[in-house]
Amino acid sequence: MKLYFVQFAYLAAAASFIMALRWLSHPTTARRGVRIGEFGMALAVVATLLHKDIISYEWIFIAFFLGSAIGIPLAVWMPMTHVPQRTALSHAFGALAASLVGTAEYYLHTGELSAFTMGALGIEVILGYLTFTGSLMAFGKLQELLPGRPIVFKGQNFFNLSVLALAVGLTIYLIFNPGQTELFPIIVVLSLIFGVLLIIPIGGADMPTVIALLNSYAGLSAAAMGFVLDNKLLIVAGALDGASGFMLSVIMCKAMNRSFTNVLFGGFGQVQAVAGEVEQRTVRSASPAEAASLLETASSVFIVPGYGMAVAQAQHKVRELYDALTKRGVDVRFAIHPVAGRMPGHMNVLLAEADIPYDRLSEMDDINPEFPQADVALIIGANDVTNPAARYDKNSPIHGMPILDTDKARTVMVIKRGMASGFAGVENELFYMDKTMMLFGDAKAFTADLVKELAANHD
Amino acid sequence: MSSNLADGLFVFVLAGFVGFEVIRRISPLLHTPLMSLTNAISAISLVGSIVIAGSEKSQLSTILGTIAVTASMANVVGGFVITDRMIKMFKRREGAKR
Repeated sequence: MKLYFVQFAYLAAAASFIMALRWLSHPTTARRGVRIGEFGMALAVVATLLHKDIISYEWIFIAFFLGSAIGIPLAVWMPMTHVPQRTALSHAFGALAASLVGTAEYYLHTGELSAFTMGALGIEVILGYLTFTGSLMAFGKLQELLPGRPIVFKGQNFFNLSVLALAVGLTIYLIFNPGQTELFPIIVVLSLIFGVLLIIPIGGADMPTVIALLNSYAGLSAAAMGFVLDNKLLIVAGALDGASGFMLSVIMCKAMNRSFTNVLFGGFGQVQAVAGEVEQRTVRSASPAEAASLLETASSVFIVPGYGMAVAQAQHKVRELYDALTKRGVDVRFAIHPVAGRMPGHMNVLLAEADIPYDRLSEMDDINPEFPQADVALIIGANDVTNPAARYDKNSPIHGMPILDTDKARTVMVIKRGMASGFAGVENELFYMDKTMMLFGDAKAFTADLVKELAANHD
Repeated sequence: MSSNLADGLFVFVLAGFVGFEVIRRISPLLHTPLMSLTNAISAISLVGSIVIAGSEKSQLSTILGTIAVTASMANVVGGFVITDRMIKMFKRREGAKR
Protein backbone atom coordinates (compact mmCIF):
# COMPACT_ATOMS: atom_id res chain seq x y z
CA MET A 1 0.00 0.00 0.00
CA LYS A 2 2.74 2.37 1.02
CA LEU A 3 4.61 1.44 -2.14
CA TYR A 4 1.65 2.49 -4.26
CA PHE A 5 1.39 5.74 -2.38
CA VAL A 6 5.02 6.50 -3.07
CA GLN A 7 4.70 5.69 -6.77
CA PHE A 8 1.55 7.80 -7.15
CA ALA A 9 3.16 10.66 -5.28
CA TYR A 10 6.12 10.50 -7.65
CA LEU A 11 3.83 10.40 -10.67
CA ALA A 12 1.91 13.43 -9.40
CA ALA A 13 5.20 15.23 -8.76
CA ALA A 14 6.41 14.52 -12.31
CA ALA A 15 3.11 15.86 -13.71
CA SER A 16 3.38 18.95 -11.49
CA PHE A 17 6.84 19.70 -12.82
CA ILE A 18 5.61 19.57 -16.40
CA MET A 19 2.70 21.86 -15.51
CA ALA A 20 5.11 24.20 -13.74
CA LEU A 21 7.07 24.66 -16.96
CA ARG A 22 3.87 24.90 -18.95
CA TRP A 23 2.60 27.79 -16.82
CA LEU A 24 5.95 29.50 -16.90
CA SER A 25 5.29 30.34 -20.55
CA HIS A 26 3.59 33.61 -19.66
CA PRO A 27 4.25 36.16 -16.90
CA THR A 28 0.57 36.15 -15.86
CA THR A 29 0.54 32.42 -15.10
CA ALA A 30 4.18 32.01 -14.12
CA ARG A 31 3.66 32.30 -10.38
CA ARG A 32 1.10 29.53 -10.54
CA GLY A 33 3.85 27.50 -12.18
CA VAL A 34 6.18 28.09 -9.26
CA ARG A 35 3.42 27.10 -6.81
CA ILE A 36 2.70 23.79 -8.49
CA GLY A 37 6.41 23.07 -8.80
CA GLU A 38 6.76 23.57 -5.05
CA PHE A 39 3.75 21.35 -4.46
CA GLY A 40 5.27 18.58 -6.57
CA MET A 41 8.57 18.87 -4.76
CA ALA A 42 6.95 18.77 -1.31
CA LEU A 43 4.91 15.72 -2.29
CA ALA A 44 7.98 13.88 -3.56
CA VAL A 45 9.99 14.69 -0.43
CA VAL A 46 7.24 13.56 1.94
CA ALA A 47 6.79 10.33 0.00
CA THR A 48 10.53 9.71 0.08
CA LEU A 49 10.72 10.20 3.83
CA LEU A 50 8.46 7.14 4.12
CA HIS A 51 11.01 4.99 2.28
CA LYS A 52 11.55 1.65 4.04
CA ASP A 53 15.36 1.90 3.97
CA ILE A 54 15.45 5.05 6.05
CA ILE A 55 16.33 4.23 9.62
CA SER A 56 17.55 7.52 10.97
CA TYR A 57 16.18 10.99 10.27
CA GLU A 58 18.76 12.85 12.27
CA TRP A 59 21.18 13.65 9.44
CA ILE A 60 18.40 14.23 6.96
CA PHE A 61 16.90 17.01 9.06
CA ILE A 62 20.26 18.51 9.90
CA ALA A 63 20.97 18.62 6.16
CA PHE A 64 17.52 20.12 5.45
CA PHE A 65 18.32 22.87 7.89
CA LEU A 66 21.83 23.49 6.54
CA GLY A 67 20.61 23.47 2.95
CA SER A 68 17.89 25.99 3.71
CA ALA A 69 20.39 28.12 5.59
CA ILE A 70 22.51 28.23 2.43
CA GLY A 71 19.73 28.43 -0.15
CA ILE A 72 17.44 31.06 1.34
CA PRO A 73 20.02 33.86 1.77
CA LEU A 74 21.33 33.13 -1.74
CA ALA A 75 17.83 33.59 -3.10
CA VAL A 76 16.49 36.43 -0.98
CA TRP A 77 19.39 38.86 -0.86
CA MET A 78 21.12 38.13 -4.12
CA PRO A 79 21.02 41.29 -6.25
CA MET A 80 19.55 40.68 -9.69
CA THR A 81 22.81 41.70 -11.37
CA HIS A 82 24.36 38.66 -9.68
CA VAL A 83 21.80 36.13 -10.86
CA PRO A 84 24.24 34.54 -13.37
CA GLN A 85 26.67 33.82 -10.54
CA ARG A 86 23.94 32.35 -8.38
CA THR A 87 22.80 30.18 -11.25
CA ALA A 88 26.32 28.87 -11.81
CA LEU A 89 26.59 28.11 -8.12
CA SER A 90 23.29 26.26 -8.06
CA HIS A 91 24.36 24.14 -11.03
CA ALA A 92 27.44 23.27 -8.97
CA PHE A 93 25.27 22.25 -6.00
CA GLY A 94 22.94 20.16 -8.13
CA ALA A 95 25.81 18.39 -9.85
CA LEU A 96 27.60 17.81 -6.55
CA ALA A 97 24.50 16.15 -5.09
CA ALA A 98 24.14 13.84 -8.09
CA SER A 99 27.79 12.86 -8.13
CA LEU A 100 27.97 12.23 -4.37
CA VAL A 101 24.91 10.01 -4.53
CA GLY A 102 26.55 8.16 -7.42
CA THR A 103 29.76 7.75 -5.43
CA ALA A 104 27.89 6.49 -2.36
CA GLU A 105 25.90 4.04 -4.48
CA TYR A 106 29.10 2.75 -6.02
CA TYR A 107 30.75 2.01 -2.70
CA LEU A 108 27.56 0.53 -1.22
CA HIS A 109 27.17 -1.94 -4.05
CA THR A 110 30.73 -2.51 -5.20
CA GLY A 111 30.95 -5.70 -7.20
CA GLU A 112 27.21 -6.28 -7.39
CA LEU A 113 26.37 -3.60 -9.96
CA SER A 114 25.11 -4.82 -13.31
CA ALA A 115 26.79 -3.55 -16.45
CA PHE A 116 23.79 -1.32 -17.16
CA THR A 117 23.72 0.22 -13.70
CA MET A 118 27.46 0.74 -13.75
CA GLY A 119 27.20 2.47 -17.13
CA ALA A 120 24.48 4.82 -15.87
CA LEU A 121 26.47 5.41 -12.70
CA GLY A 122 29.51 6.25 -14.78
CA ILE A 123 27.56 8.85 -16.76
CA GLU A 124 26.10 10.27 -13.54
CA VAL A 125 29.49 10.57 -11.88
CA ILE A 126 31.46 11.89 -14.88
CA LEU A 127 28.82 14.48 -15.82
CA GLY A 128 28.22 15.35 -12.19
CA TYR A 129 31.82 15.99 -11.19
CA LEU A 130 32.74 17.83 -14.38
CA THR A 131 29.66 20.03 -14.03
CA PHE A 132 30.56 20.66 -10.41
CA THR A 133 34.04 22.04 -11.07
CA GLY A 134 32.98 23.59 -14.38
CA SER A 135 30.20 25.52 -12.68
CA LEU A 136 32.51 26.63 -9.90
CA MET A 137 34.91 27.93 -12.55
CA ALA A 138 32.05 29.72 -14.29
CA PHE A 139 31.06 31.20 -10.95
CA GLY A 140 34.64 32.37 -10.41
CA LYS A 141 34.75 34.04 -13.80
CA LEU A 142 31.36 35.72 -13.37
CA GLN A 143 32.21 36.91 -9.88
CA GLU A 144 35.53 38.13 -11.29
CA LEU A 145 37.54 36.03 -8.87
CA LEU A 146 39.16 34.57 -11.98
CA PRO A 147 40.20 36.41 -15.14
CA GLY A 148 37.25 36.70 -17.52
CA ARG A 149 39.34 36.48 -20.66
CA PRO A 150 39.87 32.99 -22.05
CA ILE A 151 43.13 31.29 -21.17
CA VAL A 152 44.49 29.21 -24.02
CA PHE A 153 47.59 27.11 -24.50
CA LYS A 154 48.99 25.05 -27.31
CA GLY A 155 47.44 21.64 -27.78
CA GLN A 156 44.70 22.56 -25.30
CA ASN A 157 41.82 20.90 -27.09
CA PHE A 158 43.77 17.70 -27.63
CA PHE A 159 44.84 17.65 -24.00
CA ASN A 160 41.33 18.36 -22.67
CA LEU A 161 39.70 15.73 -24.83
CA SER A 162 42.33 13.19 -23.82
CA VAL A 163 41.45 13.73 -20.17
CA LEU A 164 37.76 13.17 -20.91
CA ALA A 165 38.48 10.19 -23.16
CA LEU A 166 40.59 8.64 -20.43
CA ALA A 167 37.79 9.04 -17.87
CA VAL A 168 35.25 7.50 -20.25
CA GLY A 169 37.67 4.72 -21.23
CA LEU A 170 38.35 3.79 -17.62
CA THR A 171 34.61 3.72 -16.92
CA ILE A 172 34.05 1.32 -19.81
CA TYR A 173 36.92 -0.83 -18.53
CA LEU A 174 35.37 -0.79 -15.06
CA ILE A 175 32.03 -1.97 -16.46
CA PHE A 176 33.66 -5.12 -17.76
CA ASN A 177 36.13 -5.54 -14.90
CA PRO A 178 34.10 -4.66 -11.81
CA GLY A 179 36.90 -5.87 -9.56
CA GLN A 180 39.19 -2.95 -10.40
CA THR A 181 37.65 -0.68 -7.77
CA GLU A 182 40.79 1.44 -7.50
CA LEU A 183 39.90 2.90 -10.91
CA PHE A 184 36.83 4.67 -9.53
CA PRO A 185 38.65 7.46 -7.66
CA ILE A 186 40.78 8.04 -10.77
CA ILE A 187 37.63 8.55 -12.83
CA VAL A 188 36.37 11.02 -10.24
CA VAL A 189 39.59 13.02 -10.28
CA LEU A 190 39.77 13.07 -14.09
CA SER A 191 36.19 14.34 -14.30
CA LEU A 192 36.92 17.06 -11.76
CA ILE A 193 39.97 18.13 -13.77
CA PHE A 194 38.08 18.08 -17.05
CA GLY A 195 35.43 20.43 -15.64
CA VAL A 196 38.12 23.00 -14.86
CA LEU A 197 39.82 22.57 -18.24
CA LEU A 198 36.52 22.94 -20.06
CA ILE A 199 35.84 26.42 -18.70
CA ILE A 200 39.38 27.86 -18.76
CA PRO A 201 39.30 28.76 -22.49
CA ILE A 202 35.83 30.32 -22.33
CA GLY A 203 35.41 34.07 -22.13
CA GLY A 204 32.81 36.19 -20.37
CA ALA A 205 30.52 36.87 -23.32
CA ASP A 206 30.18 33.15 -24.01
CA MET A 207 28.86 32.59 -20.51
CA PRO A 208 25.19 32.52 -21.57
CA THR A 209 25.86 29.45 -23.73
CA VAL A 210 28.08 27.79 -21.18
CA ILE A 211 25.70 28.32 -18.28
CA ALA A 212 22.91 26.83 -20.35
CA LEU A 213 25.09 23.88 -21.26
CA LEU A 214 26.08 23.27 -17.64
CA ASN A 215 22.39 23.44 -16.79
CA SER A 216 21.79 20.69 -19.29
CA TYR A 217 24.64 18.54 -17.92
CA ALA A 218 23.39 18.90 -14.36
CA GLY A 219 19.96 17.73 -15.54
CA LEU A 220 21.34 14.78 -17.47
CA SER A 221 23.40 13.78 -14.47
CA ALA A 222 20.21 13.76 -12.36
CA ALA A 223 18.50 11.67 -15.05
CA ALA A 224 21.40 9.18 -15.01
CA MET A 225 20.91 8.99 -11.25
CA GLY A 226 17.31 8.05 -11.95
CA PHE A 227 18.55 5.13 -14.05
CA VAL A 228 20.90 4.01 -11.28
CA LEU A 229 18.23 4.17 -8.58
CA ASP A 230 15.47 3.03 -10.93
CA ASN A 231 13.48 6.14 -10.06
CA LYS A 232 11.23 7.47 -12.84
CA LEU A 233 10.63 10.82 -11.18
CA LEU A 234 14.35 11.56 -11.28
CA ILE A 235 14.47 10.53 -14.92
CA VAL A 236 11.58 12.86 -15.82
CA ALA A 237 12.92 15.84 -13.88
CA GLY A 238 16.42 15.28 -15.19
CA ALA A 239 15.15 15.01 -18.77
CA LEU A 240 13.17 18.26 -18.40
CA ASP A 241 16.19 20.09 -17.04
CA GLY A 242 18.46 18.55 -19.66
CA ALA A 243 16.09 19.51 -22.47
CA SER A 244 15.69 23.05 -21.17
CA GLY A 245 19.42 23.63 -20.81
CA PHE A 246 20.14 22.14 -24.20
CA MET A 247 17.49 24.24 -25.88
CA LEU A 248 18.70 27.45 -24.28
CA SER A 249 22.26 26.77 -25.33
CA VAL A 250 21.13 26.16 -28.93
CA ILE A 251 19.25 29.47 -28.86
CA MET A 252 22.35 31.23 -27.51
CA CYS A 253 24.61 29.67 -30.15
CA LYS A 254 22.23 30.72 -32.92
CA ALA A 255 22.13 34.25 -31.56
CA MET A 256 25.88 34.42 -32.03
CA ASN A 257 26.01 32.44 -35.28
CA ARG A 258 28.45 30.04 -33.68
CA SER A 259 28.52 26.29 -33.28
CA PHE A 260 28.82 24.40 -30.02
CA THR A 261 32.32 23.32 -30.92
CA ASN A 262 33.28 26.90 -31.60
CA VAL A 263 31.97 28.09 -28.25
CA LEU A 264 33.56 25.25 -26.30
CA PHE A 265 36.85 24.94 -28.13
CA GLY A 266 37.22 28.20 -30.02
CA GLY A 267 38.88 30.30 -27.33
CA PHE A 268 36.78 33.21 -28.63
CA GLY A 269 37.47 36.72 -27.38
CA GLN A 270 41.19 36.40 -26.78
CA VAL A 271 43.08 39.63 -26.84
CA GLN A 272 43.87 39.73 -30.51
CA ALA A 273 46.97 41.41 -31.81
CA VAL A 274 45.44 44.02 -34.06
CA ALA A 275 47.73 44.19 -37.05
CA GLY A 276 48.39 47.67 -38.40
CA GLU A 277 45.41 49.75 -39.44
CA VAL A 278 45.56 52.12 -36.51
CA GLU A 279 43.90 54.66 -38.74
CA GLN A 280 42.62 57.52 -36.64
CA ARG A 281 38.98 58.04 -37.28
CA THR A 282 36.94 60.74 -35.73
CA VAL A 283 33.80 60.29 -33.76
CA ARG A 284 31.24 62.87 -32.79
CA SER A 285 30.85 63.17 -29.06
CA ALA A 286 28.01 65.00 -27.39
CA SER A 287 27.17 66.42 -23.98
CA PRO A 288 24.25 65.31 -21.80
CA ALA A 289 22.45 68.57 -22.66
CA GLU A 290 22.67 68.01 -26.41
CA ALA A 291 21.60 64.40 -26.08
CA ALA A 292 18.72 65.27 -23.77
CA SER A 293 17.31 67.92 -26.09
CA LEU A 294 17.31 65.43 -28.95
CA LEU A 295 15.70 62.69 -26.86
CA GLU A 296 13.01 65.06 -25.69
CA THR A 297 11.93 65.98 -29.21
CA ALA A 298 11.93 62.39 -30.43
CA SER A 299 8.67 60.57 -30.83
CA SER A 300 10.15 57.11 -30.41
CA VAL A 301 13.29 56.00 -28.62
CA PHE A 302 14.62 52.42 -28.62
CA ILE A 303 16.97 51.67 -25.75
CA VAL A 304 19.49 48.87 -26.30
CA PRO A 305 20.82 47.58 -22.97
CA GLY A 306 23.90 45.39 -22.68
CA TYR A 307 26.15 43.87 -20.08
CA GLY A 308 27.73 47.29 -19.46
CA MET A 309 24.41 48.47 -18.03
CA ALA A 310 24.47 45.59 -15.55
CA VAL A 311 28.08 46.24 -14.58
CA ALA A 312 27.36 49.92 -13.94
CA GLN A 313 24.16 49.00 -12.05
CA ALA A 314 22.44 51.57 -14.24
CA GLN A 315 19.05 49.86 -14.58
CA HIS A 316 17.31 52.06 -12.01
CA LYS A 317 18.61 55.25 -13.62
CA VAL A 318 17.45 53.86 -16.97
CA ARG A 319 14.02 53.49 -15.41
CA GLU A 320 14.06 57.17 -14.42
CA LEU A 321 15.01 58.04 -17.97
CA TYR A 322 12.19 55.86 -19.22
CA ASP A 323 9.74 57.63 -16.89
CA ALA A 324 10.96 61.10 -17.85
CA LEU A 325 10.63 60.40 -21.56
CA THR A 326 7.33 58.56 -21.29
CA LYS A 327 5.89 61.51 -19.36
CA ARG A 328 6.73 63.69 -22.36
CA GLY A 329 4.84 61.36 -24.64
CA VAL A 330 7.91 59.70 -26.11
CA ASP A 331 7.34 56.06 -27.04
CA VAL A 332 10.20 54.23 -25.29
CA ARG A 333 10.93 50.59 -26.00
CA PHE A 334 13.77 48.26 -25.12
CA ALA A 335 15.46 46.16 -27.78
CA ILE A 336 17.03 43.09 -26.23
CA HIS A 337 19.54 40.84 -27.96
CA PRO A 338 19.30 37.18 -26.89
CA VAL A 339 22.91 37.09 -25.68
CA ALA A 340 22.92 40.49 -23.95
CA GLY A 341 24.27 39.99 -20.46
CA ARG A 342 25.77 36.92 -18.91
CA MET A 343 22.91 34.45 -19.03
CA PRO A 344 19.78 33.91 -21.11
CA GLY A 345 17.16 36.53 -20.24
CA HIS A 346 19.52 38.47 -17.96
CA MET A 347 18.53 41.96 -19.28
CA ASN A 348 14.81 41.26 -18.96
CA VAL A 349 15.18 40.41 -15.30
CA LEU A 350 17.26 43.51 -14.59
CA LEU A 351 14.81 45.82 -16.33
CA ALA A 352 11.84 44.14 -14.69
CA GLU A 353 13.57 44.61 -11.34
CA ALA A 354 13.76 48.33 -12.11
CA ASP A 355 9.95 48.27 -12.62
CA ILE A 356 9.98 48.67 -16.36
CA PRO A 357 6.78 47.06 -17.67
CA TYR A 358 7.57 43.85 -19.53
CA ASP A 359 5.44 44.78 -22.54
CA ARG A 360 8.08 47.45 -23.27
CA LEU A 361 10.78 44.79 -23.60
CA SER A 362 11.08 43.48 -27.15
CA GLU A 363 13.02 40.61 -28.59
CA MET A 364 15.43 41.20 -31.42
CA ASP A 365 13.35 39.60 -34.17
CA ASP A 366 10.25 41.54 -33.20
CA ILE A 367 11.82 44.94 -32.94
CA ASN A 368 14.39 44.87 -35.73
CA PRO A 369 11.93 45.73 -38.54
CA GLU A 370 10.88 48.80 -36.54
CA PHE A 371 14.30 50.40 -36.15
CA PRO A 372 13.92 52.52 -39.33
CA GLN A 373 10.96 54.26 -37.65
CA ALA A 374 12.88 54.98 -34.45
CA ASP A 375 14.10 58.55 -33.96
CA VAL A 376 16.82 57.54 -31.54
CA ALA A 377 18.52 54.26 -30.77
CA LEU A 378 20.14 54.72 -27.36
CA ILE A 379 22.77 52.07 -26.68
CA ILE A 380 23.70 51.58 -23.04
CA GLY A 381 26.60 49.23 -22.39
CA ALA A 382 26.16 47.07 -25.50
CA ASN A 383 28.72 46.84 -28.29
CA ASP A 384 29.26 43.77 -30.46
CA VAL A 385 25.53 43.06 -30.83
CA THR A 386 25.10 46.39 -32.64
CA ASN A 387 28.09 46.18 -34.98
CA PRO A 388 26.92 46.45 -38.60
CA ALA A 389 30.15 44.74 -39.71
CA ALA A 390 28.51 41.48 -38.67
CA ARG A 391 26.34 41.79 -41.77
CA TYR A 392 28.98 42.22 -44.46
CA ASP A 393 32.55 41.92 -43.20
CA LYS A 394 33.51 38.31 -43.86
CA ASN A 395 36.80 38.71 -41.99
CA SER A 396 35.18 39.91 -38.80
CA PRO A 397 35.05 37.38 -35.94
CA ILE A 398 31.41 38.27 -35.49
CA HIS A 399 30.46 37.91 -39.16
CA GLY A 400 26.99 36.41 -39.57
CA MET A 401 25.91 37.09 -36.00
CA PRO A 402 22.36 38.44 -35.90
CA ILE A 403 22.53 42.03 -34.67
CA LEU A 404 20.12 44.72 -33.57
CA ASP A 405 19.59 47.09 -36.50
CA THR A 406 20.45 50.19 -34.51
CA ASP A 407 22.22 51.75 -37.49
CA LYS A 408 18.83 52.10 -39.20
CA ALA A 409 17.48 54.47 -36.59
CA ARG A 410 17.55 58.20 -37.45
CA THR A 411 20.05 59.00 -34.72
CA VAL A 412 22.23 56.61 -32.77
CA MET A 413 23.48 57.46 -29.29
CA VAL A 414 26.05 55.32 -27.54
CA ILE A 415 26.81 55.65 -23.85
CA LYS A 416 30.29 54.24 -23.40
CA ARG A 417 33.31 54.78 -21.18
CA GLY A 418 35.81 55.12 -23.99
CA MET A 419 36.61 53.78 -27.40
CA ALA A 420 37.75 50.34 -26.20
CA SER A 421 36.55 47.47 -28.36
CA GLY A 422 33.93 45.02 -27.19
CA PHE A 423 34.28 41.42 -26.20
CA ALA A 424 34.96 40.13 -29.69
CA GLY A 425 37.94 42.50 -29.86
CA VAL A 426 36.70 44.28 -32.97
CA GLU A 427 36.05 47.91 -33.75
CA ASN A 428 32.41 48.86 -34.02
CA GLU A 429 31.62 50.60 -37.34
CA LEU A 430 28.54 52.09 -35.80
CA PHE A 431 30.56 54.53 -33.68
CA TYR A 432 31.99 56.23 -36.74
CA MET A 433 28.74 56.82 -38.58
CA ASP A 434 27.65 60.40 -39.23
CA LYS A 435 24.41 59.97 -37.37
CA THR A 436 26.09 58.55 -34.28
CA MET A 437 26.63 60.60 -31.12
CA MET A 438 29.09 59.15 -28.64
CA LEU A 439 28.14 59.91 -25.07
CA PHE A 440 31.32 59.28 -23.12
CA GLY A 441 30.96 58.39 -19.49
CA ASP A 442 29.86 55.82 -16.97
CA ALA A 443 26.49 54.32 -17.93
CA LYS A 444 24.89 55.12 -14.60
CA ALA A 445 26.33 58.62 -14.24
CA PHE A 446 25.56 59.62 -17.81
CA THR A 447 21.99 58.34 -17.63
CA ALA A 448 21.56 60.29 -14.40
CA ASP A 449 22.82 63.41 -16.21
CA LEU A 450 20.31 62.87 -18.99
CA VAL A 451 17.51 62.60 -16.45
CA LYS A 452 18.69 65.81 -14.79
CA GLU A 453 18.81 67.68 -18.09
CA LEU A 454 15.33 66.50 -18.98
CA ALA A 455 14.01 67.68 -15.62
CA ALA A 456 15.72 71.07 -16.03
CA ASN A 457 14.29 71.57 -19.51
CA HIS A 458 10.89 70.76 -18.19
CA ASP A 459 10.81 73.67 -15.72
CA MET B 1 17.53 -5.40 -15.28
CA SER B 2 17.13 -4.96 -19.02
CA SER B 3 13.45 -4.16 -18.58
CA ASN B 4 14.52 -1.39 -16.18
CA LEU B 5 16.72 -0.02 -18.90
CA ALA B 6 13.91 -0.17 -21.44
CA ASP B 7 11.40 1.44 -19.05
CA GLY B 8 13.89 4.08 -18.06
CA LEU B 9 14.77 4.99 -21.63
CA PHE B 10 11.09 5.07 -22.54
CA VAL B 11 10.38 7.58 -19.79
CA PHE B 12 13.53 9.56 -20.51
CA VAL B 13 12.85 10.00 -24.22
CA LEU B 14 9.18 10.91 -23.76
CA ALA B 15 9.95 13.35 -20.96
CA GLY B 16 12.62 14.89 -23.16
CA PHE B 17 10.09 15.47 -25.94
CA VAL B 18 7.57 16.95 -23.54
CA GLY B 19 10.33 19.16 -22.20
CA PHE B 20 11.24 20.47 -25.66
CA GLU B 21 7.61 21.17 -26.53
CA VAL B 22 6.79 22.92 -23.28
CA ILE B 23 9.99 24.94 -23.11
CA ARG B 24 9.75 26.03 -26.74
CA ARG B 25 6.72 28.12 -25.82
CA ILE B 26 8.48 30.04 -23.08
CA SER B 27 9.30 33.54 -24.23
CA PRO B 28 12.92 34.75 -23.99
CA LEU B 29 11.53 37.31 -21.57
CA LEU B 30 11.43 34.57 -18.94
CA HIS B 31 14.54 32.59 -19.78
CA THR B 32 16.31 33.50 -16.56
CA PRO B 33 13.41 32.38 -14.34
CA LEU B 34 13.15 29.28 -16.55
CA MET B 35 16.71 28.38 -15.71
CA SER B 36 16.24 28.86 -12.00
CA LEU B 37 12.98 26.90 -12.04
CA THR B 38 14.42 23.92 -13.92
CA ASN B 39 17.31 24.12 -11.50
CA ALA B 40 14.93 23.81 -8.57
CA ILE B 41 13.09 20.97 -10.30
CA SER B 42 16.21 18.98 -11.02
CA ALA B 43 17.13 19.32 -7.36
CA ILE B 44 14.66 16.45 -7.09
CA SER B 45 17.89 14.48 -6.75
CA LEU B 46 17.05 15.32 -3.15
CA VAL B 47 14.92 12.15 -3.06
CA GLY B 48 17.91 10.00 -3.96
CA SER B 49 20.10 11.79 -1.45
CA ILE B 50 17.58 11.40 1.37
CA VAL B 51 17.54 7.62 1.08
CA ILE B 52 21.35 7.47 1.07
CA ALA B 53 21.65 9.80 4.05
CA GLY B 54 19.03 8.02 6.14
CA SER B 55 19.69 4.37 5.47
CA GLU B 56 22.84 4.19 7.63
CA LYS B 57 24.46 1.57 5.47
CA SER B 58 27.98 2.84 5.94
CA GLN B 59 29.65 5.85 7.43
CA LEU B 60 30.84 7.00 4.02
CA SER B 61 27.39 6.82 2.49
CA THR B 62 25.85 8.72 5.41
CA ILE B 63 28.42 11.51 5.06
CA LEU B 64 28.11 11.74 1.28
CA GLY B 65 24.33 11.52 1.51
CA THR B 66 24.15 14.29 4.10
CA ILE B 67 26.26 16.61 1.94
CA ALA B 68 24.11 15.71 -1.06
CA VAL B 69 20.90 16.47 0.85
CA THR B 70 22.35 19.82 1.94
CA ALA B 71 23.33 20.74 -1.62
CA SER B 72 19.99 19.70 -3.14
CA MET B 73 18.01 21.34 -0.38
CA ALA B 74 19.86 24.60 -1.03
CA ASN B 75 18.77 24.35 -4.66
CA VAL B 76 15.19 23.38 -3.91
CA VAL B 77 14.56 26.22 -1.48
CA GLY B 78 16.76 28.77 -3.21
CA GLY B 79 15.55 27.88 -6.69
CA PHE B 80 11.86 28.26 -5.95
CA VAL B 81 12.31 31.40 -3.86
CA ILE B 82 14.42 33.26 -6.41
CA THR B 83 12.19 32.19 -9.30
CA ASP B 84 9.19 33.57 -7.50
CA ARG B 85 11.09 36.74 -6.64
CA MET B 86 12.00 37.28 -10.28
CA ILE B 87 8.55 36.56 -11.64
CA LYS B 88 6.96 38.97 -9.19
CA MET B 89 9.03 41.75 -10.77
CA PHE B 90 7.52 41.29 -14.21
CA LYS B 91 4.66 43.80 -14.35
CA ARG B 92 2.74 45.32 -17.19
CA ARG B 93 2.01 49.00 -17.60
CA GLU B 94 -0.92 50.24 -15.58
CA GLY B 95 -3.99 50.22 -17.74
CA ALA B 96 -2.26 48.35 -20.56
CA LYS B 97 -4.45 46.09 -22.62
CA ARG B 98 -3.93 42.37 -22.16
